Amino acid sequence: MHVPDGFLNAPTSVATGAVAAAGVAVALRKAQGELDERAAPLAGLTAAFVFAVQMLNFPVGVGTSGHLMGGALAAVLVGPWTAVLCLSVVLLVQALLFADGGLTALGTNISLIGITTVVVGWVVTRAVLAVLPKRPASVVPASAAGALLSVPVAALVFVLLFAVGGEASLSLGALTVSMLGWHTLIGIGEAVITGLTVSAVVAVRPDLVYAARGLRAPLQLRNADGTLVPVAAGGPEPVAARGSVRPLLIGGGVVALALAGVVSFFASAHPDGLEYVAEDEGFLATARDHAFGGSALADYGEVGGIPVGVAGVLGVAVVVVLGVVLFRLVGRRSPAAAKRADAVR
Amino acid sequence: MSGGHGLALYRPGDSPAHRLPAHVKILALLAFVLVVVATPREEYAAFGAYAVLLAGVAALARVPARVIITRMVVEIPFVVFALLLPIVSQGPRVDVLGLSLSEHGLLTGWNILAKGTLGVVASILLAATTDVRALLAGLQRLRVPDRLVEIASFMIRYADVVTGDLRRMRIARESRGFEARHLGHVRVVAQGAGALFVRSYERGERVHLAMLARGYGGSMPLTSTAGASRADWLRGAALPLAAAVVALTAVLA
Repeated sequence: MHVPDGFLNAPTSVATGAVAAAGVAVALRKAQGELDERAAPLAGLTAAFVFAVQMLNFPVGVGTSGHLMGGALAAVLVGPWTAVLCLSVVLLVQALLFADGGLTALGTNISLIGITTVVVGWVVTRAVLAVLPKRPASVVPASAAGALLSVPVAALVFVLLFAVGGEASLSLGALTVSMLGWHTLIGIGEAVITGLTVSAVVAVRPDLVYAARGLRAPLQLRNADGTLVPVAAGGPEPVAARGSVRPLLIGGGVVALALAGVVSFFASAHPDGLEYVAEDEGFLATARDHAFGGSALADYGEVGGIPVGVAGVLGVAVVVVLGVVLFRLVGRRSPAAAKRADAVR
Repeated sequence: MSGGHGLALYRPGDSPAHRLPAHVKILALLAFVLVVVATPREEYAAFGAYAVLLAGVAALARVPARVIITRMVVEIPFVVFALLLPIVSQGPRVDVLGLSLSEHGLLTGWNILAKGTLGVVASILLAATTDVRALLAGLQRLRVPDRLVEIASFMIRYADVVTGDLRRMRIARESRGFEARHLGHVRVVAQGAGALFVRSYERGERVHLAMLARGYGGSMPLTSTAGASRADWLRGAALPLAAAVVALTAVLA
């Protein structure tokens, strides 16, 4: 989901930078209500957590592995405004210290990953929570739903950005369909991981889950005669570990399989959905003179519009092979880490 | 807790590039990358000139090419993507070495490769010549809100601790014979992530208490007050200005 340099032209990059700055400014003001004056160390540690969790690779199928974006997860765990700050900081540090993400794309990446996924994830989580019974465990399906939707919505926002400031002409309809298809798959992975992670935290420290605040039932003591006596609020309340998340896994798996059957027409095993769609739609590959040829949609008949094409099939084949090789080489672990691990063994 | 540990991309040194105040360098980098991105992709010579400019900065900063190249690994996904584009793109084809390649794909692949690589190398140079603490102070001087800078400083300080936690969990899993092989194993990994969050959050609480015990009043005191002189700004502006001149001559010529 990282937007590389050159996808969007310079004016759009500057504009998304302004949007990102405004969003972060609002988040700064609002975040004070979420973590009070402990904000800095806690948000910093949460940012470090998001940074670390993004390194957790999990296999998603044919030789590729995905990693968490963490927007919805952070929103559910520490609150939406703090989450915006954490993700923005992670993206900033990745761009400045690791040359990862590109400086001109920083505004775009913060707008998409730092703000859109967090806000969507949070709003959906709240909406689902309003329907579900008021128990801490309800946060698990709610957060999974938030994560599931946050990814395709971010993809849609990208399509919007591209329609406004892309340097190419494109078929908006076909682009939207492929972006949605591919990012729904990614969203399912995000939903499974987010739900399971939140369920693990809710099981041990429900008080730490921001979205679960106010969901705990008042603590009651059962006397020998069977009467229930409410205990004054304040004490920690033991919550039974959530029984099973298997329904979530199985349901997600079924949806994934069903979708894979349909969406595999569009989908390659390329590590990045955005990039795949870009090449599939050919919107990267339009002549430069179109950029100033009046409407951004001028002449789109000659480029995209063929979601299932030779390009797709060839791309799948090549990228599967390359993906397998690359992820073996790069994705596994650094030699230093392997050495350390071996030393421990 | 004083060093950057694994995050240490910084190469200590005393070159003109090292001595330049961090905020000047950040602005110079941003301006340079903006010029690169704004350059039309057909101006091949201009990109060559940018590369020469960056090589000049690297030589000035005494950052060896080997260091830059090994750190360019970040870019690999984009390189693969850029190399694939000519093969899979639609549009008119040209024959290159017996392969039928898409013209548009070639151009776009080149566009991403050139601009991406220049951006990555420029960022590597910044990270290699700027101490993490100076970088944060530079951000503060650029009016990035204090709170954001504080969050970033905590994140950088503890990123290594937290990833260390993660690594120990992985070693613990693997020494018990676990290896994530399919989606069903996601649960185990996610539980690790949940435990990691609890540990990180509790560590944050402890850190905060320790800070309170040492007189923390809600904001960190500013220790670095070094500003930038006019000469610093001129030196910092040299790279983006040179790039802008290159871009203008390329576009106008």
